Amino acid sequence: MKRKIMSTTIHAALLSMALAGGQAQAQSGKLSGDMVKIGVMNDMSGLYADIGGPGSVEAAKMAVADFGGKIFGKPIEVVAADHQNKPDVGASKAREWFDAQGVDMIVDVPTSSVGIAVAKVANEKKRAYMNTGSASKALTNEECNPYTVHYAYDTYALANGTGKAIVETGGKSWFFLTADYAFGHALEQDTAAVVKASGGEVKGVVRHPLNAPDFSSFLLQAQASKAQIIGLANAGGDTINSVKAANEFGLTKNQTLAGLLIFISDIHSLGLKTAQGMLLTDAWYWDMNDETRKFGRRFFEKMKRMPSFDQAAVYSSVLTYLKAIQAAGTDDADAVMAQMKKAKINDMFAKNGYIRADGRMVHDMYLMQVKTPEESKYPWDYFKLKKVIPAEQAFQPLSLSKCPLVKK
Amino acid sequence: MNRQTLGYGLLLALGIAAPILVYPILVMKVLCFALFACAFNLLIGYTGLLSFGHAAFLGAAGYVAGHAIKVWEFPPELGLLLGTLTSAVLGWIFGVLAIRRAGIYFAMITLALAQMMYFIFLQAPFTGAEDGLQGVPRGKLLGFVDLSNDINLYYVVLTIFIFAFWLIHRTIHSPFGQVLKAIRENEARAISLGYDVAKYKLLAFVLSATLAGLAGATKMLVFRFATLTDAHWHTSGEVVLMTLLGGMGTVLGPVVGAGIIVTLQDQLADKVGSLVTVIMGAIFVVCVLVFRRGIVGELGALYKRVIGTR
Amino acid sequence: MSEVFGVPVQALLGQLMLGLVNGSFYAMLSLGLAVIFGMLNIINFAHGAFYMMGAFIAWMGLEYLGIGYWWSLFLAPVGVGLLGIAIERSMLQWLYKLDHLYGLLLTFGLALVLEGLFRDLYGVSGQPYTIPDELTGAFNLGFMFLPKYRAWIIVSSLTVCFFTWFMIEKTRLGAYLRAATENPRLTQAFGINVPLMVMLTYGFGVALAGFAGVLAAPALQVSPLMGSHLIIVVFAVVVIGGMGSILGSILTGLGLGVIEGLTKVFYPEASATVVFFIMVLVLLLRPAGLFGREK
Repeated sequence: MKRKIMSTTIHAALLSMALAGGQAQAQSGKLSGDMVKIGVMNDMSGLYADIGGPGSVEAAKMAVADFGGKIFGKPIEVVAADHQNKPDVGASKAREWFDAQGVDMIVDVPTSSVGIAVAKVANEKKRAYMNTGSASKALTNEECNPYTVHYAYDTYALANGTGKAIVETGGKSWFFLTADYAFGHALEQDTAAVVKASGGEVKGVVRHPLNAPDFSSFLLQAQASKAQIIGLANAGGDTINSVKAANEFGLTKNQTLAGLLIFISDIHSLGLKTAQGMLLTDAWYWDMNDETRKFGRRFFEKMKRMPSFDQAAVYSSVLTYLKAIQAAGTDDADAVMAQMKKAKINDMFAKNGYIRADGRMVHDMYLMQVKTPEESKYPWDYFKLKKVIPAEQAFQPLSLSKCPLVKK
Repeated sequence: MNRQTLGYGLLLALGIAAPILVYPILVMKVLCFALFACAFNLLIGYTGLLSFGHAAFLGAAGYVAGHAIKVWEFPPELGLLLGTLTSAVLGWIFGVLAIRRAGIYFAMITLALAQMMYFIFLQAPFTGAEDGLQGVPRGKLLGFVDLSNDINLYYVVLTIFIFAFWLIHRTIHSPFGQVLKAIRENEARAISLGYDVAKYKLLAFVLSATLAGLAGATKMLVFRFATLTDAHWHTSGEVVLMTLLGGMGTVLGPVVGAGIIVTLQDQLADKVGSLVTVIMGAIFVVCVLVFRRGIVGELGALYKRVIGTR
Repeated sequence: MSEVFGVPVQALLGQLMLGLVNGSFYAMLSLGLAVIFGMLNIINFAHGAFYMMGAFIAWMGLEYLGIGYWWSLFLAPVGVGLLGIAIERSMLQWLYKLDHLYGLLLTFGLALVLEGLFRDLYGVSGQPYTIPDELTGAFNLGFMFLPKYRAWIIVSSLTVCFFTWFMIEKTRLGAYLRAATENPRLTQAFGINVPLMVMLTYGFGVALAGFAGVLAAPALQVSPLMGSHLIIVVFAVVVIGGMGSILGSILTGLGLGVIEGLTKVFYPEASATVVFFIMVLVLLLRPAGLFGREK
């Protein structure tokens, strides 16, 4: 059965590529529904709302405005929906958007379980899907499809950045506190692999539900493990709460916390006093160069906070998508996907980024360290750059991808 | 009687025409929840038992059917059957435990048992926990009807619904249904008449759970996934609301209630966000305070009054 | 001394303590449910929502008005209690003549309304509430680390439970209350204002939930969903204990909290379900509950 599915997807992919090549040359300026409709789907009010949320919608609108607001003289519309971190809500919404409301592309979609659910719908309906919010690398491996682009980061990149850096500084024995869904599992597995490969050991794992109300009993288990490093394979509000509970129970006296996915909004909530010195892997930071600062300040004007890398990636992916429609002369998903996989991505988010056959957007990643309160000179001055991880090393090599679209 | 036949005929015509007029997935969702509410109504409306744990049956059937179709590569009809049977067994277990207590305790026990199932679904390896069981293929019914086409699937779902609705209708009007009503009205009298009340209650509970399971398995096939939302106690509450709003103990009430609630949720979700819950809660409160017979019940009463005065 | 059955003592005692903390919440909530049920014959589904509101009133007091924890500990239960009284007067009192199930349904609807309102205002992720200065830090007991605040939860909730028990079982007011529970008409005939007692009982019952909410605020997240997470477990606790006795509901609550804590040590996978398994067991062996009387 699996083999059957695989062969049909490969078949479909080849067919669609052939089709796309033909159409790109043949037509110009053809849009379904006489407009381009972009759907931003994310967690609007829950524990990941600060990472994406309304800020992502704003970022998408900024991209549309920067593109010129119109394409082939036709309007570009941005719609938004809250998936509440529930895969069923996300998948039904995506289905309805594609079926009944003429949405051409869905962007953002944090929470890997929802991210994967929407990828399945995008594949079924043959529409473009640019995921910036989810971390699970399954999106470009087991669950990959010709219509999905994984744009900003993934668990491989996180493990390879933060995990490796910590093991290299001597953190050899680990205990994982893992969010119990696709993302947490993937992050834990990828990090554990890095830890073991570098000669470390994993002493145990405890899984907690998404949006857990109380972390104390999980942290007691972590404490009892006597591991040096407590790896936090969770995100957003869950990470913030685990750090706080760890402080309350005195874990931080003998053990070190390692946040494996930390967003700038988390640092903002925790405060530098608690977060200082933490290592983290970042896909983008607003205070890197003039271009990023310019975007950051514009975003700040509107949202009263600096953008997370997810929000920056939403901006960049919408722009990339619109440019691809322009170049392909149509919003037909096959043609646009083919075009996106051809062109290099150069904007304030990525330099010489490109999208691989498995849907992975490859670009530089950054190992950052959280500044101490003394080092921080102005609001949102939180990170100092420790190391640039070059694109080719940051992500899983294509040869290791389990994606059937990758020709070997 | 003629009027009734005419009414059902009209409804059937509406059901057949619906997917042309409305987004078919939405209509299918309404049908699944209508079936779920009808199954629930069999208990509350005709036996007087308030189950607050029916989400467990909806969820369990969805997971089992989904797993069977996706992993064991069952054809859809067998998957549906297996899912439904699972709920029947689960219903029997719940029933045996819960009918030991009556009234409010019954409600709390079913709720607690359903919550236990929720945690089991959360932790069991085959459910995918918070990710849910996703990407279940719809397959081909009996090997030749391609269900990946929404319209084909729609008529299959409609057929399932009509069959189940007919079954419930028959049950209510059978001698068995009469005994159930007697139990609802006066349990002590039913016992004194020599009926084994516990057995009747258990049988009604299993039947209700089975049909709720059929609804859950069908819903899974429509959306191609089973997730924890189905098994969550909010869903148990929703089905109570649908039945209450439509009219407890009326044949069509749950269908009307399900139609209104599902459409309302669908239409409001994007506009008012989490205020949907507030609206649902407010409808609940209003129904309990001033509107206990529900829409169909009130209409029926009105109709009788008009006939009576003539 | 450092290990028991292969489990480090530190972890065992730590989980046991957390179990007692949870048990304290179970006890306070099931106590409130039992008090209300005894008088009104209503299962108050909105109990979790009132607990959540207690926490939110404390949080909002601090956030918007600068009212500190200690004042909240008094003000929030009063606020919740007054709201409860308003609800009893405006809605619940019309249902006493009907089937008890309608009370359950009405309070379920109320729970949805309250939970939804706070979700709309504050989202589902929790709001942090800092532990009051007097209770920050921890006792280092040598073999374990006991945060002062957790100890305070256990002590204060036990005190409140004890006073409630004392008031109902040992005072004149309590005697009236019990009389009104047994036979409202006769009690009314003796010149006791039964509707007033019913109203105050409901107010007091939900105020207990509000108090528990304030206690929970610094330890857990102040979140709109915190009540519904808890209420169903409390229902199971109530089924296990039976509604018959005040002392019974307190003891069952604490006991189950501890059992849950121990399960987390020895078989963590079952910790979420153990209470329900016990409920099934009790139903099979003693359908009326451990402390219940079959009516």
